[in-house]
Amino acid sequence: MIQNPTLKSTMKAWLYILPMMLIIFTFNLYPIVKSFAMSFYTDYNFYDDVVLAYGLGNFTTILQDSDFYLAIKNTFIFVLGVVPISIALSLGIALLLNQIKFLSGFFRTVYFLPFVTSTVAISLVWNWLYHRNYGLMNYFLGWFGIEPIHWITDPDYSMLALVIMAVWKGLGFNIILFLVGLNNIDETYYKAAKVDGATGFNRFWNITLPLLGPTLFLVSVLGVINSFKVFDEVYALFQAKPGPAKSTLTIVYYLYEKFYTEYQYGIAAAAGVVLFVIILAVTLIQFAYNKKFVHY
Amino acid sequence: MKQVLETPAGLPPAKRASWLMADAGMADVLKKGLIYAALSIGAITMLIPFYWMVITSLKTPAEAVAMPPVWMPDVLQFGNYGTALEAAPFGQYFLNSVLVTVVSTVGELLTTILAAFAFAKMKFYGKSLLFTVLIATMMVPGELLIIPNFVTLSNLGLINTYAALIIPYLASVLSVFILHQNFTSVPDELYYAAKVDGCSDFRFLWSVMVPLSKSAIVAITILKVIGSWNSFMWPLIVTNDRMLRTLPVGLQAFTTEAGTKYELLMAASTLVVLPMIILYLFLQKYIIMGISRSGLKG
Repeated sequence: MIQNPTLKSTMKAWLYILPMMLIIFTFNLYPIVKSFAMSFYTDYNFYDDVVLAYGLGNFTTILQDSDFYLAIKNTFIFVLGVVPISIALSLGIALLLNQIKFLSGFFRTVYFLPFVTSTVAISLVWNWLYHRNYGLMNYFLGWFGIEPIHWITDPDYSMLALVIMAVWKGLGFNIILFLVGLNNIDETYYKAAKVDGATGFNRFWNITLPLLGPTLFLVSVLGVINSFKVFDEVYALFQAKPGPAKSTLTIVYYLYEKFYTEYQYGIAAAAGVVLFVIILAVTLIQFAYNKKFVHY
Repeated sequence: MKQVLETPAGLPPAKRASWLMADAGMADVLKKGLIYAALSIGAITMLIPFYWMVITSLKTPAEAVAMPPVWMPDVLQFGNYGTALEAAPFGQYFLNSVLVTVVSTVGELLTTILAAFAFAKMKFYGKSLLFTVLIATMMVPGELLIIPNFVTLSNLGLINTYAALIIPYLASVLSVFILHQNFTSVPDELYYAAKVDGCSDFRFLWSVMVPLSKSAIVAITILKVIGSWNSFMWPLIVTNDRMLRTLPVGLQAFTTEAGTKYELLMAASTLVVLPMIILYLFLQKYIIMGISRSGLKG
């Protein structure tokens, strides 16, 4: 019927997308450009939105700030802690769930539950679980003769506390994606393998894992991107502090402090740009790796 | 939920199960037992924080800090909820959260449905370029946008208003993307036939497309409601007025106000978490569908 756009059809279509575009342009597109620009504002009066000087000053400042390096280091430790543990656990659980029928819906519901809850509320609950004297965590560890750990106040344990909570909270999301991936694997592969006498481990290693490649890739990309942006968990678990001795200061927390408590807009924007570049670089590396090793 | 997860490529669950049990014997029974044991241990681990939250909220202050821990208090202290509600304006926080969630969800649905329809069915200049640009914006971390958005809203004089909490969230590229996928799968023939019959685009959208894509719309609605309800960083930044706080911001502030009264803190946390858990339990198949779609195609 109508195969080519006309001026009339274009006008009409633009009318349909106008409300969405107004919001997206103002609060998504424009700010992307603006925040890159802001990272070069070295003298800025935000009340009047007047820029008095431009330069690379913000970048040289953060690159000389030991706190910023600490934030990058902490963020990488967090990502490298959460993503692999979460993938291993959720893949294992999804494989088990895939082998049962009775109660599998119930288990799925339970594992996914933390995902729908407020990060702030659940972080407060974990803060309570981690309490050095009255927390359940230390009580359970006490069964094994482990001395009470100061999870929230000891810089050596605060990151571990954060990672455990984040893995717990994100597990259900990954399990759902793995279950979808597992259901997309054609059963005939397994039947053929069974006829050929392949063991359970062989079937997992030679069929499930390769065919699950795209899902594994997706889960790791989403996991990495989300983990790099960690903020709410830190803020709520450590009661509006970046952990004891800044031990859980992350890049977004650094950005928040520069922006909201120190009014250093240019520096905060520069930190945001660095975060974006890091996420982009890591995602591109993952894509390159995917292309090389994952076969569809 | 079953139907959603069993994609066309797989066999129906019944068939798979019978295949798995083809050579059932003692070894298989043992294996099944181990699987259930492992999954149960995992499930208990997932549930303990929730149990501990609820049960602490029903304890006396002495029971809350008792060692060894009290697993079930003698008398359930429901009064803690009243005390928590009086200790901070949680009623107001609750209303604020409901208002922000409802308005931004309804608004986002309207903008999303209109835009997704235009991208899926209408012909116009600049369509593919615009769509590509929109998809590309999803790559940028939202945290980067907070600073310029704060400046924009303060220039508009909207800091410390409900508008600041709502307006930036009246549209979402991800939702447009998910719904676009769904709208595209509605056959073009249906659209052209309706046009021939003199049905306007607008009427076709609301009386054919929307009902046909009901489950996708429910899915993006719920994901939006959950996201909006739990949103923390943005409301924290754009509101200083206590009476404008949403539940997560109010709850976080309450930790300094309540100090070490853990039974009250846990009562307040329960109040924040409970509505979304109820919503999830009733509508989980849509949530899971939404996640599978946005995850697998995004």
